[in-house]
Amino acid sequence: MPVKRADKTPMPVREAQARARDFIEVNEGYTQRHASFEAERCLRCQDPVCVGGCPVNVPIPDFIHAVAMGDMAGAARILRSANPLPAICGRVCPQESQCEAECSMTARFTPVAIGHLERFVADWERTQPPAAKAEITRKERIAIIGAGPSGLVCAGALARLGYPVTIYEALHAAGGVLRYGIPEFRLPKEVLDWEIGLLKAMGVEIVCNVIIGKTLTLDELFGKMGFSAVFIGTGAGLPQFLGIPGENLNGVMSANEFLTRVNLMGGYDPEKADTPVHVGKRVAVIGAGNTAMDAVRTSMRMGAEKAMVVYRRSDREMSARVEEYHHAMEEGVEFHWLTNPLEVQGNAEGWATGLKCQKMKLGEPDASGRARPVPIPDSEFVLPVDNVILAIGTTPNPLLTRTTSGLLTNKKGCLVADEKTGLTSKALVFAGGDAVTGAATVILAAGAGKRAAQAIHEALEARGA
Amino acid sequence: MARIIETRQLTAVTKYFRIDAPLIAASARPGQFVMLRVREGGERIPITIADYDRELGTITIVVQAVGATTQRVCALKTGDEILDVAGPMGGHIDIAPGGHVCGVGGGFGSAALLCLMREFTARGDTTTAILGARNKDLLILADELRPLCTHLEICTDDGSAGFKGFVTQRLAQLIEAGPPRRPDSVVAIGPMAMMRAVAETTRGPKVKTLVSMDPLMVDGTGMCGGCRVTVGGKAQFACVDGPCFDAHEVDFDVAMRRNKAYVQEEKRAVDRAACMDRRETA
Repeated sequence: MPVKRADKTPMPVREAQARARDFIEVNEGYTQRHASFEAERCLRCQDPVCVGGCPVNVPIPDFIHAVAMGDMAGAARILRSANPLPAICGRVCPQESQCEAECSMTARFTPVAIGHLERFVADWERTQPPAAKAEITRKERIAIIGAGPSGLVCAGALARLGYPVTIYEALHAAGGVLRYGIPEFRLPKEVLDWEIGLLKAMGVEIVCNVIIGKTLTLDELFGKMGFSAVFIGTGAGLPQFLGIPGENLNGVMSANEFLTRVNLMGGYDPEKADTPVHVGKRVAVIGAGNTAMDAVRTSMRMGAEKAMVVYRRSDREMSARVEEYHHAMEEGVEFHWLTNPLEVQGNAEGWATGLKCQKMKLGEPDASGRARPVPIPDSEFVLPVDNVILAIGTTPNPLLTRTTSGLLTNKKGCLVADEKTGLTSKALVFAGGDAVTGAATVILAAGAGKRAAQAIHEALEARGA
Repeated sequence: MARIIETRQLTAVTKYFRIDAPLIAASARPGQFVMLRVREGGERIPITIADYDRELGTITIVVQAVGATTQRVCALKTGDEILDVAGPMGGHIDIAPGGHVCGVGGGFGSAALLCLMREFTARGDTTTAILGARNKDLLILADELRPLCTHLEICTDDGSAGFKGFVTQRLAQLIEAGPPRRPDSVVAIGPMAMMRAVAETTRGPKVKTLVSMDPLMVDGTGMCGGCRVTVGGKAQFACVDGPCFDAHEVDFDVAMRRNKAYVQEEKRAVDRAACMDRRETA
């Protein structure tokens, strides 16, 4: 029977002062005792609304019940049947606005720690001998463009259906944003490598250094390469800039550049990595999403003495996960809310020295439904900085669409695809993840990859019938 | 992994590589580049594709050993594998056919004229290649280029071969000479200072000119924006919008300053690489 306890079992975390200077994972994960204790809180509702809050509809009460019963293998099986990337989603999903927001406990107490439990089960699974093996029963070969979350999930789902799958990745390592974007202290690379290893064990082939649209065209995948269907999971990797004066000064960069240097290129371990990372004493990160939190906390770990977030709206409009925000605050990040950057100032050598800003106040709601920030007259001031990192959003990379005819995109450059199946304007070409939605979450991309795999299967079955 | 089929030391610091890369060879066009990585933990560096052979499935690159990574590339021998070769990246050089195209190459940038001259000559354009170097010993690929273009012009600062003077002086003479020697368009590939000088040479006489920008890059696919170049007052990504831009619109001051952003780190990397390699061989 469920045990009544008002508060969720806290996630054990490393001490803020110690962790803010290294890249070891911040959250330490539940122990078996934490997990059993927390699992008992689940009410096992008749109508589990949490499941509807999950973009891939994980049977949440079922896996939590298995944890409570001590059946870890069962919990892992239930979890993985719905979410192919549980160790990753357990770490990076915004549970507070998805499953946990719907939890019946939230009416009076704090919700069940669904995310922490998901991570616990997935981490347990990683200690077990991998059960996956290749069972290729289909002759139609499927190509996947991009080894990010949607592509990896789509590949896994198709492999499970018996298809031989090849993933083409433009970079030298698989993982997409999980590799180049999310830092080690939030998602250790060994977790990602384990998931990728699982796919390879299932017979999925990953070919790096091939840029579809450049090395091979999309049409060549069907013709020359002989694939029967294609899934596009190219993400939203093109960084946006503000277009303010001084943006091309040395020391100003996109969060993508900064995080790629540190994550993909291994800059967090300068003993092993050749790619330089230039972090000054004072770093201002513009924006307040998860990427901004990742960038500002990374800058601190790379040696910044003063790591700041500059955002033109207030903390209430910020899009970052609550946990990232709390962790950033604990680590000593400075938040400049209602502060609009106007110009980057530089010295004679062309290096950034200051960020000229203007104070804002909140006005009427804008098109996004959030209060519109309005400038306060005569409120300009200069924040002394050595680096400015722009984390103001990304858009889909046009590399593939520029070289492919008949592939429709919308005004924002996102691929036009059917919401249920992911089918694009080209026959047997499907798409999902950020390339379709614009920058969103790992779990939404995973869900799209999974649905597209099913749709590809059905399309090929229908063609064969 | 891509196997090195052939290497040739062109000068003391410049090396020619022919690499087995059939997919890249099949789709490469003049002006495009590849990203290389030679070791785990290594940098990704952009290198212009000098030439390609679609039948043999090989690409040619010429690398000058200036930094830690290029030194490591130049230490590779025939039969060695390059860890990662990705491409072709960037857009290709697009010039309307039927005119007179002049390629200006400085230093190891001259290598990129190989495919440029071959393709434009093959489609019926008149072509001139102007090769520049400080002296005769630093001149590269002149014999290879000669059969690929209509006219080959060699310039050395000290007059030890060909015209005595800078490539820009010879280019100015050709422009002034008028047709048939005057080019309709110019493509300059080489050190930033040379490309800037070419831009200034052709600006007055209004000869359409492209320069192949070589900014710092991380991924080469449009993802980092580190390679942004100011062109006509607007930021452009060299990796996807370039790497070739209208020379008369490029802000060379910004480009040269941005290329120096990591000078200190690059110096340290050279020392460190030498130290690491000594340890590995010991």
